[in-house]
Amino acid sequence: MNRRTFLGLMGAAGVTLGTGSVSHAASAADVKGLPDSGAVLFDATRCIGCRKCEEACNTVNELPKPQAKFDDLKVLETPRRTHADVFTVVNKYQPAGAKAPVFRKIQCNHCLEPACASACFVQAFKKNETGAVSYDASLCVGCRYCMIACSFGIPAYEYNEALTPRVRKCTFCEPRLKEGKLPGCVEACPKEALVFGKRSEIIRIARQRIMDNPDKYLDHIYGEHEMGGTAWMTISGVPFKELGMREDLGVEPAGSYTSGALSAVPVVVGMWPVLLGGIYAVSKRKDRIAEEEKQKAVTDAIARASADAEAKLSEELTKAEVANKRRIEVEVKKALEAAAQSQTSGEEE
Amino acid sequence: MTTHASAKNGGGSLFTPFNVICGIILLIGAGLTVLRFTGGLGAVTALDDNNPWGIWIAFDLLCGVALAAGGYTTSAACYVFGLKRYHGAVRPAILTAFLGYALVVFALHYDVGRPWRLPYPVFVQQGTTSILFEVGLCVFIYLTVLFVEFLPVALEWKGWPKTRNVLVKLTMALTILGVVLSTMHQSSLGALFLIAPTKLHPLWYSSYLPVFFFVSSMFAGMSMVIFEGSMSHRWLHHKMDSGHLDASDHVVLGFAKAASYIMFGYLSLKAFGLAMDNRWHYLLTGYGAWFLFEVLGFVALPCYLYAVGARDKNIGLIRKTSILAVLGIVLNRFNISLVAFNWQLPSADRYFPSLGEIGVSVFVVTVGLVAFKFITTRMPVFFEHPDYPDHH
Repeated sequence: MNRRTFLGLMGAAGVTLGTGSVSHAASAADVKGLPDSGAVLFDATRCIGCRKCEEACNTVNELPKPQAKFDDLKVLETPRRTHADVFTVVNKYQPAGAKAPVFRKIQCNHCLEPACASACFVQAFKKNETGAVSYDASLCVGCRYCMIACSFGIPAYEYNEALTPRVRKCTFCEPRLKEGKLPGCVEACPKEALVFGKRSEIIRIARQRIMDNPDKYLDHIYGEHEMGGTAWMTISGVPFKELGMREDLGVEPAGSYTSGALSAVPVVVGMWPVLLGGIYAVSKRKDRIAEEEKQKAVTDAIARASADAEAKLSEELTKAEVANKRRIEVEVKKALEAAAQSQTSGEEE
Repeated sequence: MTTHASAKNGGGSLFTPFNVICGIILLIGAGLTVLRFTGGLGAVTALDDNNPWGIWIAFDLLCGVALAAGGYTTSAACYVFGLKRYHGAVRPAILTAFLGYALVVFALHYDVGRPWRLPYPVFVQQGTTSILFEVGLCVFIYLTVLFVEFLPVALEWKGWPKTRNVLVKLTMALTILGVVLSTMHQSSLGALFLIAPTKLHPLWYSSYLPVFFFVSSMFAGMSMVIFEGSMSHRWLHHKMDSGHLDASDHVVLGFAKAASYIMFGYLSLKAFGLAMDNRWHYLLTGYGAWFLFEVLGFVALPCYLYAVGARDKNIGLIRKTSILAVLGIVLNRFNISLVAFNWQLPSADRYFPSLGEIGVSVFVVTVGLVAFKFITTRMPVFFEHPDYPDHH
C-alpha cells in the first residue's frame, strides 16, 4: 500500500478531522524529491529542433507513423501538443529579443506527486521507483478526469476507439529503463540536450551548468519544485513563459488542493446525522409538547365545564329543597290550621 | 388537452403530439447511441485532448445532480424539520430526484470510455485520493437510497402491502442518509475543479467551490420542485387529489422564501470568495462582465423576486422566478466546467458542443420526461392510494 492509498483510506474511514494537515506533513517528510528515482534534464539552449527525439519515441513505442516525415521541419511552424499517438513534440518559439528561435520538448513530466494519480478514481496511475508515472489501461474507466487534472496538459485520449479507448502519454520508456537502457528520446538526441540520471544527480548537473555559465542560463530549474517537483526538468536561457511554460503553477502538488475537501468528509459523515437527528428530535418534541398542551387545555376545559355544571346542579338542588321544605311547611301549617279549625267548631257545637 | 382525452378514453390514440415528438427524439437518440458505440466518442462529440469534458458532464452530470436536489431538500423539510404540510410535495420530489440520478448514471454510460467498468471504482480498485471517487461512491449509494425511498409508491401500485410497510418504516433513516450523501457529492462536484487552479478562471475558482456547489444545490432543488410543480399542474392536474392540491401553494410559498434566504447567503459567500483571494480587479474584464451577468442576473434577481413573491403571496411570480433560478444553475455549472475552464487557451482550441452531443442530452431528458409521465399517470405520486391514506 502506498502513502496515497493509506491516507485515502484514513480519510474514507473518517479517522481524524486533521487528515488534510496530516497528509501535508507526510508529503514533506517522505518525498524529499525522490532523490534516487530516474530523472531527465532538458537543456533548451542545446536543442536544435531536429525532431530526432520525436522519431525515436514513435519507433520505440510502436506508434502509427505520422503523415509528415520526421525530417520535415515545417511541422515546427505551428505549436503542437501531445496526442494519443504522439507522446512527445518539439515546438519552436521566437522569444522577444532573442536572435535565433528556441526549441522546447514537451512530454509527460512524471511528477513526484502526480495530479493524474491523485485524480484517478481507480488508481490507474502510479508513481514508480524508476521515476515513471505509469498507466494501467486494464483498470481505466475512461472518465478523463486525469486530463482535467494535469496542469501540463499532457494525457491524451483515444477518442476514435469505440470499445477499448485508452489514455495515452509518455511512459518514460519504463520497460527500457528496467532493462538498463535509456529512454528512446534521450538516446536519440544528437546534441545531448537530454540527460538521464538519478534525480539528485540531474539537479546537481543543472546547477553546475547554470553556475558555470551564468550569462547563458536563467537561474532556475523548471520542475525542481513546480507542482511539488517533476522528474523531467528544464533549464533555459530565455524566460520559461516565452517557451509556453506556465510560471503560475506554484510548488504545491496537485493533491494538496483537494485534500482539504476530502478531509471534510468525516466531518459531514460524523456530524450531519447527529445534527439532523437533533433537529428531528427537537421538532418532534415540540410537536409532542404542543399536543400535550392541547390535551391539557381540553381536559381543563372539560373539567371546568363539568365543575360548573355540578355547582349549578347542587345550587338548583338546594334551591329545590328549600322550595320543597317551604311547601311542606305551608302544607303542614295548612293542615294544622284546618285541624285546629275543625276542633274549635266541634267544641262550639 | 391530450393527456385528459387519453386518460378518459382509457388509452386513446397513441399518436398524441407528446408521443410523436418523444418518439422522434428517442429514434434520433437510438441512432446516436449506435454511432457512439461503434465509432467512439470522436464520432459523436466535439471533445479533444484539451477539452476532455463537454456538455455530457456540464449538463447531464453537473446540472442533472444539482437539479435533482429537490429530493433531499423536500424530504428533509418534511421529515427532519417536521414541516408536515410539505408531505404532498415529497413523492413528486423523490420521483424527480430518482429519475434525475438514474439519468445521470445513464448519461455517464455515453461519456466514459468503457461504461461497463463504471462499478470498478467501487468494487475493483478504490482511488480514495480522488474527489471523483467520492462523487461516484455517493451517487451510487444515493441512487440506491432514492430507489428504496421511491419503492413504496410502486408497491402500493402493485399491491404488495407487507414489503411496502416495512420500507415505509425506514423513511427517517433514509432521509438522513440522503442528506449526508447529498451534502458530500453535491459539494464534491464543485471540489472536482479544485485540482485545476491554473485552468479555471480566477473569478470562478475558489477554495469555496465545494461550499458554493452544496449551497446552490439547495435552492436549485427547491426551484426545481416549484418549476416541476407548475409543469405538473399544467399537464397532470387530473391526477392530483385534493390533499396534494391544497398543499401545493403552501409548498411554493415556503420554498420561495427558503430559496430567497439561501440565495442571499450564497451571494454573501461569493463575495467572501472574491475578497479572500482579492480578485475584485477581474470584475472589470470581459470575464468579469460575464461573471456579474451570472451572479446578478441569475442569483441576485431571482433572490429578490422570490422574496417579493413570498411577501405578496404571488404564486405566478414565484413560478416564473423558478425558471430564472433553474437557468442560473445551468449557467453556473456551464461556466465552471466549460466557459471559464481552459480560459487561457487560444479560441481555436476551445470547445463548443457538437450536434451529436446536444442530441444525446436532449434524448436523455426526453427519456426522463417519458418515464415521469408513465409513472405519475399510473402510480400514487400526486394522489394518495385509497388503501394507504394519510401516511405515505
